Amino acid sequence: MARLNLFLPLVLFVALVLLLARGLKLDPQVLPSALIDKPMPQFRLPALGADKLLSRESIIGEPVLLNVWATWCISCRVEHPWLQRLAAVGVPIVGLNYKDQEQAALDWLQQLGDPYRLTIVDAEGSLGLDLGVYGAPETYLLDAGGVVRYRHTGIFDEVVWRQRIEPLYRQMLAAAAAGG
Amino acid sequence: MRVVLVMSALLLAAPAPAVIETYEFESEALQQRYLKLSAELRCPKCQNQNIADSNAPLAADLRRQLHAQLHTGKTDAEITDYMVQRYGEFVLYRPRWKLQTAPLWLAPILLSVAALALLLMVLRRSRPRVTQPAEDRERLQKLLPTKSEADGRDA
Repeated sequence: MARLNLFLPLVLFVALVLLLARGLKLDPQVLPSALIDKPMPQFRLPALGADKLLSRESIIGEPVLLNVWATWCISCRVEHPWLQRLAAVGVPIVGLNYKDQEQAALDWLQQLGDPYRLTIVDAEGSLGLDLGVYGAPETYLLDAGGVVRYRHTGIFDEVVWRQRIEPLYRQMLAAAAAGG
Repeated sequence: MRVVLVMSALLLAAPAPAVIETYEFESEALQQRYLKLSAELRCPKCQNQNIADSNAPLAADLRRQLHAQLHTGKTDAEITDYMVQRYGEFVLYRPRWKLQTAPLWLAPILLSVAALALLLMVLRRSRPRVTQPAEDRERLQKLLPTKSEADGRDA
């Protein structure tokens, strides 16, 4: 027994190494979203480049991606071409222009192309606050009933789409087809 | 010389308070609650700063919310609920008591108890043992070879 005790420091050391190795692999930037499986919050905000008010009802009705972006956000520029490609194959994307200037946003869409069906102008960040946005870009997947099913923070690209979002999106489409 | 004087004067300068906007409060009590809550709410954007401390735009938004909600008469619990609904448990620097957070609350107590127990054990073991001379002599006799054993070895 006394001999086994000699191994105690080694055992403790290995346990510590395992704990720290696990810690290295965790990304502290990834926060669990509080909104998953909850309905998209209600809002009343203007549309970009159009003289009308949008609300929750303007964007729900079918599975849709909600992309939070701004012209000050460099990562948004990186993910923009991918959004364009996705929009080109018919995936509906709604933009949420977050704490931005309207003219800058319009210029951006004119120069780089507009992948969004609609763009909500959230100059004050109030809808962003209700969504729990803590930085652009963020991308949400809403189902046909307007419930948030997935949230991705950071650059949204083909890998994220294929591995995480597309399977859910296809399921929703299949469910809608079976129900309708 | 003048440079040294100026430099040493700079050493005395108080660091400017980092932040930020100024808010007016209807009462001292509200202000106290604002200070307490803004110190206990974590800025979701900045990993390890409270919203009182951070100058991230998001922290400014949250401070504005906090100020506004305090003035509409919401309780502390309602305000923290509002934040948790949006940003999750991460925003609370003082985590709520539940199964998931139990290790956070209990670990310090358990570790202190374990450390204390270990300390007592080590202290007890290192205490010198006091024995009687007579007892010692007897043990020594047992350890030393008897006369016949010693003779046998020589032969």
